[in-house]
Amino acid sequence: MLTFIVRRLLLAVPVLLGVVFVVMLTVDLLPGDAVTLMLGEHATKDAVAKLRDHLGLDKPFLVRYLDYVGRVVRGDLGRSIQQNRPVAAELADAWPATLQLTVAALVLAAIAGIVAGVASAVWPNSFFDALARLGSLFGLSMPIFWTGLVLIVVFSLWLNWLPVGGAGSLTHLILPAVTLALPSIAMIARMTRAAVLEVLREDYVRTARAKGVAEFWVLARHALRNAFIPILTLLGLQSGQLMGGAVLTETVFAWPGLGRLMVKAIFARDYILLQGAVLVFALVFVVINLLVDLSYGLLDPRIGRQG
Amino acid sequence: MTAWTRFYRNRLAVVGLALIVVLALSAALAPWLAPYDPARQSLVEKRSTPGAKYWLGADEFGRDILSRVIYGSRVALLVGVLSVLIALAGGLLLGTISGFAGGWLDAVMMRGIEILLAFPYLLLALAIVAAMGTGALNTTIAVGVWGIPTVTRMVRGPVLALRETEYVCAARALGAATPALLRRHILPNVVPGLVVYATLFMANAILLEAALSFLGLGVQPPTASWGLMVSPGRDVLLVAPHVATVPGVAIMIAVLGFNLVGDGLRDALDPRLRGGV
Repeated sequence: MLTFIVRRLLLAVPVLLGVVFVVMLTVDLLPGDAVTLMLGEHATKDAVAKLRDHLGLDKPFLVRYLDYVGRVVRGDLGRSIQQNRPVAAELADAWPATLQLTVAALVLAAIAGIVAGVASAVWPNSFFDALARLGSLFGLSMPIFWTGLVLIVVFSLWLNWLPVGGAGSLTHLILPAVTLALPSIAMIARMTRAAVLEVLREDYVRTARAKGVAEFWVLARHALRNAFIPILTLLGLQSGQLMGGAVLTETVFAWPGLGRLMVKAIFARDYILLQGAVLVFALVFVVINLLVDLSYGLLDPRIGRQG
Repeated sequence: MTAWTRFYRNRLAVVGLALIVVLALSAALAPWLAPYDPARQSLVEKRSTPGAKYWLGADEFGRDILSRVIYGSRVALLVGVLSVLIALAGGLLLGTISGFAGGWLDAVMMRGIEILLAFPYLLLALAIVAAMGTGALNTTIAVGVWGIPTVTRMVRGPVLALRETEYVCAARALGAATPALLRRHILPNVVPGLVVYATLFMANAILLEAALSFLGLGVQPPTASWGLMVSPGRDVLLVAPHVATVPGVAIMIAVLGFNLVGDGLRDALDPRLRGGV
């Protein structure tokens, strides 16, 4: 078991380093010269040269990469061009809002999706099942930004039940969280249905029923525990979807999170901030998948043993 | 029962196919179908509600939304199809190389794929578009590149497995050239999965392009892209909700079509999954 954990952790390190590499590489390709952006077009050649030297922009890519990694490990992500504040501070300001939104959406999606999926599997081809499957298909097909706008029109403008945007209270969280959760609910419901149906076909379920175990316990103790692993994988993957979707949801609802910050950074050509923001998202995703991976070892002893 | 028969007996899949056909026709016949020039402005009539003259209403500049939606199908299909081709071509190439070569090259490529897959979907496309600039072509490339890692993995699996099977070894021992091997033994096993994936990928490609355009980082005005049409509608949501909502319905219908067909194909091609999703 220990070897399993250690191995997984070690494998994650090159991925993390690789992520930083890709982010830096992409940002390097951004058009426009960083120094001119920061000092303005009328800066003197001397000032430009000095800043370039100070930032180390003339050094080869690998040197800059290693330097950046070293600084990231120490928590220094550079200074934002437009705000002239440390990037880490900007990210720290925006991070809680995104965390709040994505966690709310994930919890909502997990509960609604799993419940709907299990119900669909337990009563296959029923009216509920048909409704759930159709609903899931629609949920997967609706663009998040559009869903958000439609919900705003209905619940904020017509019914006046909920605020239009911004953050603050619980009522502010409802619409964005539902919007963000919808595609994930659809996906999770579908996968849960498939996973549970698959498990219900297994021999040990048949044995349990033959033994006379009540259907509820057949589900709870035998079927669901085994269906859980693919569902867990999906939840891990969905967190990536949620982070991507958060960018759109935050834009629609003017939610002051990382996603909105990132879009603003792109438009402002604030490449240092952009680098930091993308990095945070990617790193969090890697960590989440690592945790999912590790939990396999706990949930399925067979996996834990092979290490 | 062949796969085709299974597919056609699936009513939802057939509905999806019909939706795609409508989309394709709309794109192909746009100049004849659209009642107005999509770029024609009529500021006096801006934000008109749907009515006799403008069936789906008019937008901020008095442009007919129906016409723009019809022309928008061109962008959606074009970006979708081209990006799928990019993803398939890149993935097939990389997957086959990786699977065939094996060893350290395979290991390095797999780490690379893992790293690319470590980015949440929108972020990778955003990063590419931010680096390359906006516009329809760059958006297509960004969406296509986003699909390459998954296709690579899908292709690599069967290639690896088949490389070791007896009949492939026998064929090679007999001196069969690699391209022939690929064509006759490996590709037929890979293609059905790729077809299903391609259809579902198109659905996501349309969503991704719409998202990028909505953010202002995809297709640029005055080209009519559905995602791009939704964005300015936000400002007039209270007085003219149709401006933002109507293009979104078009997106949903197109994506739904591809999802239904993709599901139908998957059920038809792999009967084992039929009891499930």
